[in-house]
Amino acid sequence: MTAPAADPWLTIVEAAQRLRGGEVTSVELTRASLERIRATDERVRAFITVTEEAALESAAAADELLRSGDAPSLLTGVPIGLKDVLMTAGVRTTAGSRMLDQLIPPYDATSVARLRAAGAVAVGKTNMDEFAMGSSTEHSAWFPTANPWDLERVPGGSSGGSAATVAAGQCVASLGSDTGGSIRQPAAFCGVVGLKPTYGRVSRYGLIAFASSLDQIGPFTRTVEDAALLLQEIAGPDPLDSTCSEAPAPDFSVQLGEGLEGLRIAAPREFFERNAEGQGMDEGVAAAVEGALELLAGAGASLDRGASLPSVGYSLPVYYVLAPSECSANLARYDGVKYGYGSRGGASMWADMEATRQEGFGREVKRRILLGAYALSAGYYDAYYLQAQKVRTLIRREFDAVFAGADLIVAPTTPTVAFRQGEITDPYQMYLNDIYTIPANIAGLPAISLPCGFAEAGMPVGLQLIANRNSEALLLRAARAFEGLGEWGLRRPSLG
Amino acid sequence: MSDSQASAAETFSADQVRHLATLSRVGMTPQEVEGFRAELASILSHIQALAAVDTEGVPPTANGADLLNVQAEDDARPSLPVEAVLANAPQREADYFRVQAVLDSS
Repeated sequence: MTAPAADPWLTIVEAAQRLRGGEVTSVELTRASLERIRATDERVRAFITVTEEAALESAAAADELLRSGDAPSLLTGVPIGLKDVLMTAGVRTTAGSRMLDQLIPPYDATSVARLRAAGAVAVGKTNMDEFAMGSSTEHSAWFPTANPWDLERVPGGSSGGSAATVAAGQCVASLGSDTGGSIRQPAAFCGVVGLKPTYGRVSRYGLIAFASSLDQIGPFTRTVEDAALLLQEIAGPDPLDSTCSEAPAPDFSVQLGEGLEGLRIAAPREFFERNAEGQGMDEGVAAAVEGALELLAGAGASLDRGASLPSVGYSLPVYYVLAPSECSANLARYDGVKYGYGSRGGASMWADMEATRQEGFGREVKRRILLGAYALSAGYYDAYYLQAQKVRTLIRREFDAVFAGADLIVAPTTPTVAFRQGEITDPYQMYLNDIYTIPANIAGLPAISLPCGFAEAGMPVGLQLIANRNSEALLLRAARAFEGLGEWGLRRPSLG
Repeated sequence: MSDSQASAAETFSADQVRHLATLSRVGMTPQEVEGFRAELASILSHIQALAAVDTEGVPPTANGADLLNVQAEDDARPSLPVEAVLANAPQREADYFRVQAVLDSS
């Protein structure tokens, strides 16, 4: 029987209050989370691995800390989910791939180690598109995850399990990773808050690499305040990741109460108009996002609808050169020799290696490896990879120019609400899901998606705010203020 | 980009897919080769748009960070225990990773 105060629908802040006030113990809260997973995950399928025993041990340890008054963090004793792309010592980590079916990591990712040190309780590893390549979590080697708002629909991806577990009330919060939108797009599809920090803000040590110049770890939460708290725990310098910013993490919550008054928010027209190929927001998404812009302006922000990012339309082709190129190099390590799946019994070592990669990788991953190998190969390098890097510079400069006259940028998170499972089969159509999220990865900018309304079939819509590099505190301030203007984040899905 | 490269997308061949598969050490059935040929041709036709951007004199950006030449002290740290590392190996022999002979003996 679950104690009434033990409710996995709590926010981190609420859970911390109850844990400190003695209304609930971490063991009770963790049991409630595990019971909710048992009751709902046959339908949602957010988890690849649930670590019940380890979670209850962590919870008991957290209760000791809470009782003695030595709890190191507001996260102490709070049940969270971890995307299966993060290395967890002693706990199977698959990255959604057959290639890593049997991998038991000998170490923790830095972000995981920091959450453990904070006393957070990891309840399991969440489902994802294989090696974080995808926008629907249909490309997991294991099974697709369902959207808690409509089980026939996808939760987005690649961090679909981490978004769905928070949306379904299984965990208080979770971690995901975002290379082209893999936190923000599923957050929008599942009606939760998802934050991609500045590139380099969070150590990537122990994050199974996809595209190293774009990958960044970040939180899924029910509120903006929780996102600030969770980011606080995982951010900051790490000698184990040389691309991690050497600047100490500032207090991300310090501006949270300050409101929208006086903020200059640019709404670059390229994010709101149809592009040359006719792609743009669906009607319902556009209505919710336009409504959000009015609310921002009504709450005291000045809105610049004349701002422009002329090259931002090239973000998708830039991304689909750079990300596959980096992936083709990063995934070369899966050779069936050192760890992971290894096919044996072929005619030679090379035959074994080719069979290992043929059998271990799924179709989406193979396609990107081939595409990357093409873009990097002699005769095409200048035309594809180098040209994409140059256009990346242009996009980055244009963001810098907009931020010279604005504090924040507002954009939709996705062009549509969550689509149905199996609905999108063409790879490029799937890639278009990330048309609004990719630019922040290209430029290394922090960006957040938060609920801003509901559209077609009652599905949630996300609003995206983007800030300049290292301006997460300002980003979270504006997001918190916007969140207070409505109750979209309070509605709960029926899991039907 | 030259015209020959621009038209590469439309004429992307099965041989090219096989070549990329060899470079990438990914085994592939003939059906897979044809599937990837069609998909890569389609994706490349979208990526061609980059050729139209004037990047004369624009330097490349390799990553989103503002970091340059990160240095660290050359301090030795303990490595993972051999057993912990080999525990995930598909095949081992004593304290080694085992594979088939790398050099052809024939």
